[in-house]
Amino acid sequence: MSRRARLTLFGLAAAGLAALLLWSITGLPKFGDYHGAYGKILNKAAPKERQTSNVVAAVVFDYRGFDTMGEEFILFGAVMGVAMLLREPREDEAPVPEDPVRSDALRAFGISFAGATLVLGLWIVAHGYVTPGGGFQGGVILAAAFLLVSLAGSYRPYRRLTPVPIVDFAEGTGAGAYVVIGLCALLIGDAFLHNLLPYGVAGKLSSGGSIPLLNWASALEVTAAFVLLFNEFLSERAIMIDSTRRPP
Amino acid sequence: MSYLPFVLAAWIFVVGIFGIVRSRHYIHLVVCLSLTQSSTYVLLLSIGYVKHGGAPIFKDVPQGTRAVDPVVQALTLTDIVVSVTVAALVLALAIQAKKHAKTMNPDELRPVRG
Amino acid sequence: MDVLVPLPVAIPLLSAAVVTAIGHWCGRRFDDLIAIGATAATLVISLLLVFRSNEHELVYWFGGWRPRDGVALGISFTVDPGSAAVATLVSTLALAALVFSWRYFDEVGKLFPVLMLLFVGAMCGFALAGDLFNLFVWFELMSVVAYALTGYGVEHAGPLEGAINFAVTNTVGSFCILFGIGFLYARTGALNLAQIGEALAGHRADGLVIVAFTLLVGGFMTKAGAVPFHFWLSDAYAVAPIPVCILLAGVMSDLGLHAVGRIYWTAFSGTLSAGDIRPVLVGFGLVTAIVGGFMCFLQRDLKRMLAFATISNIGSVLVGIALLTRSGLAGSIVYLNTNGLLRGAAFVAVGILVRRFKSGDELDLRGRGRRAPIAGAVLVAAALALALLPPFGPFLANALVVDSAIALGYGWVPPLLALAAVLSAGTILRAAGRIFGGLGAGEDPLLSHEPEESQAEPDDDRRVSPPLMWIPAGALAVVGLGLAFVPELAGHALRDAGRVVDRSSHAREVLGGVAPPAAPIPPYSPSATAYAYGIASAGGALAFAAFGLYRRRLPISLRRAAARAAAGPVAGLKELHSGVVGDYVAWLTAGVALLGGLVAVVVR
Repeated sequence: MSRRARLTLFGLAAAGLAALLLWSITGLPKFGDYHGAYGKILNKAAPKERQTSNVVAAVVFDYRGFDTMGEEFILFGAVMGVAMLLREPREDEAPVPEDPVRSDALRAFGISFAGATLVLGLWIVAHGYVTPGGGFQGGVILAAAFLLVSLAGSYRPYRRLTPVPIVDFAEGTGAGAYVVIGLCALLIGDAFLHNLLPYGVAGKLSSGGSIPLLNWASALEVTAAFVLLFNEFLSERAIMIDSTRRPP
Repeated sequence: MSYLPFVLAAWIFVVGIFGIVRSRHYIHLVVCLSLTQSSTYVLLLSIGYVKHGGAPIFKDVPQGTRAVDPVVQALTLTDIVVSVTVAALVLALAIQAKKHAKTMNPDELRPVRG
Repeated sequence: MDVLVPLPVAIPLLSAAVVTAIGHWCGRRFDDLIAIGATAATLVISLLLVFRSNEHELVYWFGGWRPRDGVALGISFTVDPGSAAVATLVSTLALAALVFSWRYFDEVGKLFPVLMLLFVGAMCGFALAGDLFNLFVWFELMSVVAYALTGYGVEHAGPLEGAINFAVTNTVGSFCILFGIGFLYARTGALNLAQIGEALAGHRADGLVIVAFTLLVGGFMTKAGAVPFHFWLSDAYAVAPIPVCILLAGVMSDLGLHAVGRIYWTAFSGTLSAGDIRPVLVGFGLVTAIVGGFMCFLQRDLKRMLAFATISNIGSVLVGIALLTRSGLAGSIVYLNTNGLLRGAAFVAVGILVRRFKSGDELDLRGRGRRAPIAGAVLVAAALALALLPPFGPFLANALVVDSAIALGYGWVPPLLALAAVLSAGTILRAAGRIFGGLGAGEDPLLSHEPEESQAEPDDDRRVSPPLMWIPAGALAVVGLGLAFVPELAGHALRDAGRVVDRSSHAREVLGGVAPPAAPIPPYSPSATAYAYGIASAGGALAFAAFGLYRRRLPISLRRAAARAAAGPVAGLKELHSGVVGDYVAWLTAGVALLGGLVAVVVR
């Protein structure tokens, strides 16, 4: 179809779609007026039943923990998919270009920043079910700490820090641990992903039953997944730099 | 206005799809995909909002304080992960398009016809 | 709660994680063996679930969160024989694909088995889900893995384009689904399908309900490949590697329709009356079936031909569901399972040809297929069964649909379904005749040529062990054909459909734990009309195949007149399947707007 035909078709279609959406919006409860039972019950019950002060974490890792398992595996599968799509036909060691950054100050600052980010990430993961945070959020920050090492100019140390077998192991362990925790409940006769451990007192780090375990498992998996993702894209960049440097 | 956030979500949705339809560059396409996905975040979070409600986190405030719906926040979290993964995949495909097909324009990459 | 229910999802996902974690340090065949073992285990467990859910549904609450006062707090799986059968179909096709692809994907090492395991787990989860957002999560996992697997041959422009079109179009479909979920959650405060149904039942369907239904159905029809959401499917299935196609065409498309059926019956049947919606959905189904069949005829690349045959089949399954009756739904359940196996078998047969002769083009392969007789037998058997030949599975399913349609006064539906079967199965027979019998002309300018760069199959210099290729083909064909002979298959399907269709007792069972008494199995035998349609369409398919092969021998005046009449539509249709993703998304939007407009009109 020519671009004009396509845009005309879309113009009409979009008008129809917009009309449908606006019609639907008139049936929604007003902004701020939401009275759904699901959320209300959980807000009242979760802190008492599961001793977690962060109700969203309780929803993510307990009430709807099965969804989170699927979500983890979506990230897992996508990273494996990216690894497959960006594979090189000849499986040689990816070319490692010279470090483009020459400033020692930048390098030092970047590395120390990476350390601080690491601590921040761990703190956010650890307190995920007490205050805002959690496995996913903290996992991304932890992966960013690794990325900082590469950005601060040192691609070589970054590759040495993140060898593919180790990262794969971490990712598989994180994802697998989530399923295994779920299966443990099956083995003792409860439902899959039933919260097994003692609940403790809300507001402390030792609360929530098996929520902290699932929290850490997903943090491990998310960190490893993003490190792998960065690896893939950075090695593409390395190939491009390499090909522009070396004469063909 | 009591429906403005929802209308905003619908607007972003339609505009995002418009961007996808007329896109001439794969990176632009990925950005439009992420943009359109953000319309779903706006919709979900606006639906869960409770007037004068705080975050559903009861560490500093006593349990039973008015709070927004926590379920939509969990749904949005999953939604964000989905968006990241799809963007990563399409970007990987875009990289390969540049490397092997030497084009980043969706209109030009067409061996399949009929 | 039955302990087996979470396993079809947990086992494949856990195996994928294990293979990723320790695959580097174990032997070369470790990954493949784990994958085959896990898939076989899933197959056995799903089959057990089919039998265990025979009397009453198996409802499983994850985390142990049972509903409180009719409010579901956790996520549920609701297993009935129909959904467990789909899970079994998934594992069967995956097992065949893994055996067929033994040592095929060595280039990517453990990535292929890992992605296949994730695919299997996601599809099983999708089939068994009872919670709308959980359904969406498995939908996304399934899609993400499929995008990557389709783009396997990423050095060529064909797979690249197919994968991008697949990814972008299906993602836009998932946006629609999310909006639908959001709207429903706003209205009902629930994500559990049965609870949504209870909340919506009895109230008049206003704009929000209609639009939520439209968006959800539109999104799932995009996954299924109904017209006009289908453009990505023919591109993607034509370029994905064969083992992946077996799963994509055999079951992934049908899953989209499975979801449409469940969502309508469990959530919307209390508020959107069947009589209103029926003509709209039947219309979409018939258009899909006919357009798919027509485009199928115009292809010479075998994979693209089978892709369009899949679209045509999807249209027929959609018609079965769209009739919104117990026997229509039962027919679609039988259709889904038998057609899936037969389509899978056809893809394996094509895979054998591609591997042996390094070509997937019908005209290229003319006469060369004589050296692969098993592939020929499988292809012909599958095509004849798909052409509704009695007494096989598709015929039985079609009989249920035909009887239901006639009872509703939709007597014009069965001939169109037969036409679709003739077009698609006839084309496959034409291809089989040309390849294995050497019949027909060596050139045909009407057929679309697939460019060389689209071949995605890995270069395979090793001699692959032939039994690994023809055992999956034969096994799938035998099971697909033999399913029809399971005693009282139609009766079981009818009973299962009856339970799905009864929304309020289903909701009582899911939310209240009250299982209804087991109904007896209704007796069923296909009517004479159904036999007539079956035999007519099988004969018609053979005649159509002959037409396809010997077109040139018709008198010139007839051919000129036909060419004048058909040239416009043929060229137009081919032009529309342009391969450009912007076009596809524009059609998707148009499809959603059209669906919404029609539903709004019929409900008001």
